Amino acid sequence: MNKKRFPLLKWVINIGLSITALIALFPIISLVISSFMPSSELMRNGISLNISFDQLNLDNYLYIFTQAPEYWAWYGNSLIISAVTIVLSLFFSSMVGYALALYDFKGKNLFFILVLFILMVPFEILMLPLFRMMINLQLVDTYLAVILPLVVAPVAVFFFRQYALGLPKELMDAARIDGSTEYGIFFRIMLPLMGPSLAAMAILQGLASWNNFLWPLLVLRSNDMFTLPIGLATLLTPYGNNYDVLIAGSVMTIIPIIILFIFFQRYFVSGLTVGGVKG
Amino acid sequence: MEPASSNVQLQVENEGRPNQKGPQFKGKKKGPNKFLKFLNSKKVVPYVFVSPFIITFLVLTLYPAIQGILMSFQSVLPGQVTFVGLENYSRITNGTFLRALTNTTIYVVLTVIILTVIPMVLAVFLDSKFVKMKTVFRASFFIPALTSTIVGGMIFRLMFGEQDTAIANQVLGFLGMDTVNWRFTAWSGMFLMVILASWRWIGVNMLYFLAALQNIPTELYEASEIDGASKLKQFWYVTLPQLKPIIVFVTTITIINGFRMFEESFVFWEAGSPGNIGLTVVGYIYQQGIQQNNIGFGAAVGVVLMLIIFVVSIINLILTGAFKKGDE
Repeated sequence: MNKKRFPLLKWVINIGLSITALIALFPIISLVISSFMPSSELMRNGISLNISFDQLNLDNYLYIFTQAPEYWAWYGNSLIISAVTIVLSLFFSSMVGYALALYDFKGKNLFFILVLFILMVPFEILMLPLFRMMINLQLVDTYLAVILPLVVAPVAVFFFRQYALGLPKELMDAARIDGSTEYGIFFRIMLPLMGPSLAAMAILQGLASWNNFLWPLLVLRSNDMFTLPIGLATLLTPYGNNYDVLIAGSVMTIIPIIILFIFFQRYFVSGLTVGGVKG
Repeated sequence: MEPASSNVQLQVENEGRPNQKGPQFKGKKKGPNKFLKFLNSKKVVPYVFVSPFIITFLVLTLYPAIQGILMSFQSVLPGQVTFVGLENYSRITNGTFLRALTNTTIYVVLTVIILTVIPMVLAVFLDSKFVKMKTVFRASFFIPALTSTIVGGMIFRLMFGEQDTAIANQVLGFLGMDTVNWRFTAWSGMFLMVILASWRWIGVNMLYFLAALQNIPTELYEASEIDGASKLKQFWYVTLPQLKPIIVFVTTITIINGFRMFEESFVFWEAGSPGNIGLTVVGYIYQQGIQQNNIGFGAAVGVVLMLIIFVVSIINLILTGAFKKGDE
């Protein structure tokens, strides 16, 4: 088994992967280039292979920064909702996952089976009754309505449990002898040890919340409460779209996600591994 | 009523701080202290930790699930809820629902095949020793997953525009084929939804396969090499069986996500597609339950969808052999 036996195979694999990678990146590259093209041009020709580079300009971005206050309202709403969702769901889900992994108590297995069961129940089935509930509680058009169903994410609970199973239980006993309370053990000792899993979940929950569509579409009613995906979707119409806000705005929606990803990406792949392979 | 473990702890605490007047202190503030001790006992603590899950499960899952099932037997109008028996269910088998179910089923079949085979092949190639710059490739395949369906869909609408000048039609023209009205014919509408989902998910599934590949013990490959197995045979007899758990995982997730599909259709046609070429089951629930305010009927469709998902998932688990024993 040495490399020289397969020179052809090596080239085929590398070239094949490169082409596939280019295809995968192509829409993103087109998006960025098109965001510098005049909206009228996009409406007339779509994204085209013959780009006239002399047409490229910053007009779409200038427009969005000066003429589109609603876009920034959506941006603010998305940032607030995602930030609160990340913090709350990480806090509660890690707590639940930790208890399911490291304590022995009655009903423990039942709870775990319930978590797995909820994982299988699609949210779309609960959405009509939940929507009615939000109407009755008069929560429609509030941040709370968007955030509530995401506060304890079964995926995250499952993930944190898997991760906490690998934590050293002896540390808990040692802390007990030192007189720490059970809550102190969790917040001061065990939660910091769960750091990598928290980072991985911050990306996944952040991504899910930032891109969440159907539920906010139901419960957010007024334009200034929309999140980015809902707001941008209102700009899509059956016949031609006004692409100035749409396309430059789309590019800018990706920025926070990329920052989050770069920030936590070291943990991300290993994070997915724990949750995925054992699942 | 004070649990034993808590007593032990109390003693330990007092031993640890001999200078403090523990017992007297306890005597003075008996009420709150006892409550705190109770909250801190090892019997109570796990329930406190799990309580967010219990509460949200009861309020945000169990209650709406029961409500949903009840509503599916009701006609729900503001201020007026009447029991209508099976009427909602008897209305389900209409042309529009069957159209939505057909679309969704085709979409599920296509995405399951594409999103299992392609990521697996990519992962096997990426994992081979012929490839350098693995992280660059991995990142390029994963980046599409960072976009939202709305943003991705908008790009695809521009690339697959009706105009002769949009990329997809340019390529077809270059190959000497007729241009396509992408968003307005049945097959191309399905193609758009499938390709959008595939583009966004291939990288994610590839990461799952990569992680699983790295867990296969190298001795298996060494042993098969000594036996003179070719690369293809190695893949078939060593890699594939070892990947089985992750294949089960990926297909199950893809099936569930496929039946839940809504956004991929919404982004291409918003409220309604020509001839319902892009209507999905969840889209139908949205249309009936929210837009036309037939909440009871929408709930009935939801219950049917849940049953379909359960049955299909279980069939998938049986077919992929997830229930068989003694494989490992």
